[in-house]
Amino acid sequence: MLDIKNMSKSFNIGTDNETNIFTSFDFHINKGECTGILGANGCGKSTLFNIISGAIIQEEGDIVLNGDNINRLKENERAKFIGRVHQNPSAGVSPSLTILENISLSDKKCQKFGLRKLINKNKINQYREMLSTLDLGLENKLDTEVKFLSGGQRQSLSLLMATMNKPELLLLDEHTAALDPKTSRLIMEKTKELINTHSITTMMISHNVRDAIKYSDRIVMLDKGRVILDVKNGCITEKELLNIYNSRNSGMMFQEAV
Amino acid sequence: MNTLMIASIEQGLIFAVLAIGVTITFKILDFADMSVEGTFPMGAFIFSKFIIAGASPLTSTLLAFFLGTLAGLITYTLNIKLKIKSLLSGILTMTILYSVNLRLNGKSNIGLFNYSSIFDGREAVIVLIIIIAAVKILMDMFLKTEVGYLLIATGDNETLVKSLGENSNKYKMIGLMISNGLVGLSGAMMAQYQGFADINMGMSIIVTAIASIIVGDTILKKSRKLKNTTRAIMGALVYKFIGAVAIDLGLAPTDLKAINAIIVILFLSYNTFAPEIKNKKSTEAAQC
Repeated sequence: MLDIKNMSKSFNIGTDNETNIFTSFDFHINKGECTGILGANGCGKSTLFNIISGAIIQEEGDIVLNGDNINRLKENERAKFIGRVHQNPSAGVSPSLTILENISLSDKKCQKFGLRKLINKNKINQYREMLSTLDLGLENKLDTEVKFLSGGQRQSLSLLMATMNKPELLLLDEHTAALDPKTSRLIMEKTKELINTHSITTMMISHNVRDAIKYSDRIVMLDKGRVILDVKNGCITEKELLNIYNSRNSGMMFQEAV
Repeated sequence: MNTLMIASIEQGLIFAVLAIGVTITFKILDFADMSVEGTFPMGAFIFSKFIIAGASPLTSTLLAFFLGTLAGLITYTLNIKLKIKSLLSGILTMTILYSVNLRLNGKSNIGLFNYSSIFDGREAVIVLIIIIAAVKILMDMFLKTEVGYLLIATGDNETLVKSLGENSNKYKMIGLMISNGLVGLSGAMMAQYQGFADINMGMSIIVTAIASIIVGDTILKKSRKLKNTTRAIMGALVYKFIGAVAIDLGLAPTDLKAINAIIVILFLSYNTFAPEIKNKKSTEAAQC
């Protein structure tokens, strides 16, 4: 489904601060799979997502999605196939627009935007139904500006907006990290529900080992731009996973998992 | 109502077009576009160029809008294509426009009393109200379109716009062009109203525009449903009215620039400190 071939990426090239993140990195994602990506800060998780989504460009190598090389496609052109939910709950929404306006924009994703009126009153009931699946009462707040919503409500809306046109690949970039444990759990359940309903291939960065084990079909651990663990879920326990992580990152633990 | 007050309302209406234009960059796109200091006199000089050449006042005024959009295109090119910081891009455009404006008619001051204007044979205030109403209605309609919403979203969160499959730079370009077009239109209206175009008429005009926006937001803080265009119009009117009252109280017209700056400082300070004072009072009341 997704193939990353011989990819290399460095930052601050030619300066004293030159940092090599990936060297000849190869990676494959199977269709319909949910892959949990674990690793310490700086191991390249978010850089990997940025390269896949086109937010940054690799120096070498190819990104191949469903057999098509997407190297030449810009970030906005890749959005047709790739959805992304960021760590910051505000990153996936327009805070000064209402819930209805945000959803309406998302409904037009990758279509031609013109001088037609954005809000289609005939679709409001459909949007209400979609929002009601989140169980947050957002269906009754269609005219509320998103900046007045809580972080959890905003992230739920981001998730809904990122999945409503059924992307071929969904990138979840620590999307529950900024939320309290209860809201985090709720969002993870909604994520699972949406992924399963739409059969979306997913890559999920997390610092929470339990979440990775509970929600992923496959677990991958990165360290210094290399895959140090790649196992099917069920083949490894939470304790073993933590041990591998700690052996690579002395003194650090996954706080939420202990 | 005395003449000074009527003049302040009329000027307030002209500056309302300017404020609506700057609202797009300053408030919607979060882009401090200094180029308007050059675009405002540019609108006046473009109008002068075409009215002297024999074009009708309406055509010359509309040309000031359309050619004003090019100033926005220059700022966009400097900022996005040449990756120059937004503030500097605006300042560079403003500097370029200073020479362009002088080139347009070959002089720095042009009297327009002998030429026709959109105000001929009509009450200036009526003409201005019609123009403001047209600009407001068109802007409000535009901001309700798909492109309009993407313009707002670009100022809010470019990542979202990209995730919708759109190039956010396109919307910055549209915003800068419309904004500068409206500022050019405002300049053309001012030239006709005062009967001359002057190279210095754009000096600190950005303060007038931003002040109008801030005043509008402050006095209409509680009316959350009110549109940005309405706030800009109300802000420009109140801002000019406060200036007129100050002059009416005996201050010299030469003090006007300082008065304008003080109005902005007062409103900004009010916005910053009023909530703090209110919170302090309510805390004290709760402790009692």
